[in-house]
Amino acid sequence: MSSAMFGSCRPSTGFAMPDPSGTHRQLTGWGRTAPSTALVVTPTTTDELIAAVAAAPARGVVARGLGRSYGDPAQNAGGLVVDLTRLSRIRAFDSGAGLVTVQAGCSLDALIDAVLPSGWLLPVTPGTRFVTVGGAVAADVHGKNHHRDGAFGRHVESLKLLTPGGDLLELDRSNRLPELEATLGGLGLTGIVVECTLRLRRVETSWLRVDTEPATSLDETIAKLEAADRGFHYSVAWVDGRAGGKAFGRGVLLLGEHAAPAELPAGARESPLERSKPRQLQVPTWASAARLIEGPALNAFNELRFRRTRPGTELQPLDPFFYPLDAASEWNRLYGRHGFVQYQFVVPFPAKDVLATLLERLRGVHPSLVVLKRFGEEAGPLAFPIPGWTAAVDIPAGAKGLAAALDSADELVASAGGRIYLAKDSRMRADLLPRMYPRLAEWAGVRARLDPDGRMQSDLARRLRLVAR
Amino acid sequence: VKDALGRVQAVLVLGGGSDIARATLHRLLDDGPLTAILAAREPERLETEDLTARGATVACVAFDAAEPATHAGVIESAFANGDVDVVLVAFGVLGSQTELEADPDALVELVRTNVVGGYSALAHSVARLRTQGHGTVVLLSSIAGRRARRSNYAYGSTKAAVDELAQGIQLSLAGESVRLIIVRPGFVHSKMTEGLRPAPFATTPADVAEAIVRSLRENVSVVWVPPVLRAVSAVLRMLPTRALQRL
Repeated sequence: MSSAMFGSCRPSTGFAMPDPSGTHRQLTGWGRTAPSTALVVTPTTTDELIAAVAAAPARGVVARGLGRSYGDPAQNAGGLVVDLTRLSRIRAFDSGAGLVTVQAGCSLDALIDAVLPSGWLLPVTPGTRFVTVGGAVAADVHGKNHHRDGAFGRHVESLKLLTPGGDLLELDRSNRLPELEATLGGLGLTGIVVECTLRLRRVETSWLRVDTEPATSLDETIAKLEAADRGFHYSVAWVDGRAGGKAFGRGVLLLGEHAAPAELPAGARESPLERSKPRQLQVPTWASAARLIEGPALNAFNELRFRRTRPGTELQPLDPFFYPLDAASEWNRLYGRHGFVQYQFVVPFPAKDVLATLLERLRGVHPSLVVLKRFGEEAGPLAFPIPGWTAAVDIPAGAKGLAAALDSADELVASAGGRIYLAKDSRMRADLLPRMYPRLAEWAGVRARLDPDGRMQSDLARRLRLVAR
Repeated sequence: VKDALGRVQAVLVLGGGSDIARATLHRLLDDGPLTAILAAREPERLETEDLTARGATVACVAFDAAEPATHAGVIESAFANGDVDVVLVAFGVLGSQTELEADPDALVELVRTNVVGGYSALAHSVARLRTQGHGTVVLLSSIAGRRARRSNYAYGSTKAAVDELAQGIQLSLAGESVRLIIVRPGFVHSKMTEGLRPAPFATTPADVAEAIVRSLRENVSVVWVPPVLRAVSAVLRMLPTRALQRL
């Protein structure tokens, strides 16, 4: 057993030197919609963080990481936003037991770099490595292995939470469990996660063995995903969201397993844990004027992607497998000045027909990307996953009739006993929330105990009336 | 709070009796429920059934445009129950040009309501939204403010003043999350223009409402209704005075 202190493991994206008194900045989420202006303070020590939170203006405070939430959970118009990306140290790493204690602002990218050489990997990772640990906690992110391993929060051993009242609370499974569960998926509204102790996954290599399987219809996509639950640790399907008729719901399944050293190509066998990070392409600023994703070019791209996919097995480094979109930085610019929304819902397994209806309806707003996946267990009161089918659908925000289409989709989802992923939401109506999240009142009760004055605030919290004042 | 698709949750109307404001609320209510705070000189006379029937939560408050000292309080009270996404500055007195020419005191009254009240309402609204960190002020201006015309130059001059101020405020808001949209309709068939001879390119409150709601989604700062008036106005501004005497 060894315990080591690491230096700062900052995210690889650039940023300016922080000003301790903060600056007023316009913020949006990754979808680049609904901007608002807040006082942004970037503390470099926990004491600075505590002082900033104590001095928060009347409109409250929320923490922000790397800004990868699609909508408005990390914005706080007229209030304080604490940028945690400079609180990014690894406090302790037990490379024998696979336990790491890390400050909330550390990116998953940096965390992988720190633990992989010792044969450990994140137990759960979302589709981008550029999220912070604090963000992963607040959204209770899931990955391609949810059906096996649950969401991020399941692997959190303990959290250190700063309440707006200035208390630093230790939350773990035996002590303050309700507070821990309310914080996992709590959208940053229970307080500010300062530190997280995470149980890692043991890996022998940094590679995955990936099966690629095309499916020609929604039924086939669904059937193959169902079958993959048993055989594969990681499973996801890309679905051509624009194809209609017989081709409706066709897709490509990506099924992965961690590769053993013996499977690696000769060149990689000497250093099986080495991470070959791909270079990121930069999407230029002018791309936002070109509206590449709205036109027929994408239909052609989908057609090509489907037709060129051959069934087969190959070895992939972890980055292209887990983070295909990270290959291009700031790819959100491709959606132009209107930005985009990601609509992610889950419906219980028996509501398979509702899934088909929803995908058919969303076809009408020309989604640019549809990803389908099966969820396993349910977690905290505001955590998104429940056992069922989930689809994440990217749509340009300027799409005609989008508001009405998504409203009616919400209604279908709620009636089927499903829900919308709040960490990605940017347009839902507040009145549907209690139907989608039956434990909302329980969550609100725990939240109010931690923050009786309602000082944790965000644009999303106001829009969905999550924080009573 | 405004959502990713430009839908709003709460609107404050200064000049709650305005037909254009009413049509705008109707149009916004097509997209979902909202809270409407109607501020007018005689709030008890405002009709609200049409709004509640469409799913709005309505509050009516007293507001006198000609009493700028009261503006800050009225605007603040509108924010007491939550964020306001849009402040629609919709009040204004047209007056009769012939009467205004005969009565300088009435002219001063017109300035008090339209200009002093307009400046005050704009400044207070923008300041309040800046504190909030987001929001849009929609100013109902007019093509009448772009060039003096024989038939309505007194009204036009008051609109010109407020329009010019608004253009300056727009410059000051660059890079912020508060926006100001200047709406310049031509002749609109409404209570205010009842009995007047319609000018060319006349529109309806519903047309103006449609343009306003679109502008909330788009990144535009000036909206002409109908759009052709942008060109018409440009021509009017270049016409020699002699030609204008006949218009």
